[in-house]
Amino acid sequence: MTSPVFDRIRDIIAENSEVPAEKITAEAHVINDLGIDSLDFLDIVFAIDKAFGIKVPVEAWTQEVNAGKAPAEQYFVMGNLAQRIEELVAAKQAGG
Amino acid sequence: MRLEYFQMVDRVVALGDGDITVASTVPDASPVFEGHFPGHPILPGVLMVETMAQTGGWLLLALNGLTRMPFLSKVSEAKFRGFVTPGAELTVQASLVHDGSGYAVVAARIEAAGKRVADAEITYRVMPFPAPELEAMMRDTARRIGLPGHA
Repeated sequence: MTSPVFDRIRDIIAENSEVPAEKITAEAHVINDLGIDSLDFLDIVFAIDKAFGIKVPVEAWTQEVNAGKAPAEQYFVMGNLAQRIEELVAAKQAGG
Repeated sequence: MRLEYFQMVDRVVALGDGDITVASTVPDASPVFEGHFPGHPILPGVLMVETMAQTGGWLLLALNGLTRMPFLSKVSEAKFRGFVTPGAELTVQASLVHDGSGYAVVAARIEAAGKRVADAEITYRVMPFPAPELEAMMRDTARRIGLPGHA
C-alpha cells in the first residue's frame, strides 16, 4: 500500500518523463531502474519542490552518497524518496 | 552586445532581491545579419533566448555572490513576438521563479521600444565554477557591466 506522498511523486515522475506510472514501484531506483536522465530529474525535483512547498536538498544527498556516507538507495529508491519528502514536509510544518 | 564573443548584456540597470533589469544594444552591423537575412536583417530568436538566459544568469550570480556558475539547462515556452533589428535598444528583465538545490528557474522577457518582443522560462543547473579562467572572466564581465557589488 502506498502513501499519498508516494502517489504524488509517482505521478510527477510519470508526467515529467517517459516512464509509465505502473512501472514506478516502491522498490524502483529513480535513475538505475527507471532510467531518468539528469534533465528529467531536474524537472522532477522542481515539480516536487513546487508540489510540497519544500527545497529537496539534492546536492547534499548526492554529496553524501558520493562521499560514501549514505547509500544511494536511502534517497533514490522510490519508497525511501517518498519517506524523505514526508520528513521534509513535516520539518517545514514544524517550522524547521 | 558583443555578438562575436557571445556577450549579450551591455549593462545592469537595476538589481533587486529577486529580479534584474539590463540594457543591451543590438549592433548596427554583424556577419550574423548578412546571413539572417539579406535585405531583412533581424536578431535570430536563439540569440534572444541567449540574451534572456544571460540576464537570468547574472541575477543568479548576483544572488550567490559570484560563487557558483549557472549553466543553461532548459528553455520553456520561448515566444518571439516581434522582429528585432540592428541598432535596437533592448531592455531585458529576469525574475527568480524558484531557487532549488543545484538548479534555479527564471522568467525573462525582452522589450524594445516599450513593446514585449520575447519571453521565456529558463532553467539552469548551478554548480561551482569548473575552471578558474571562467570564474575570472565572469568577475571581469561583472565589473564591465556594472553588476552591483562587483562593479
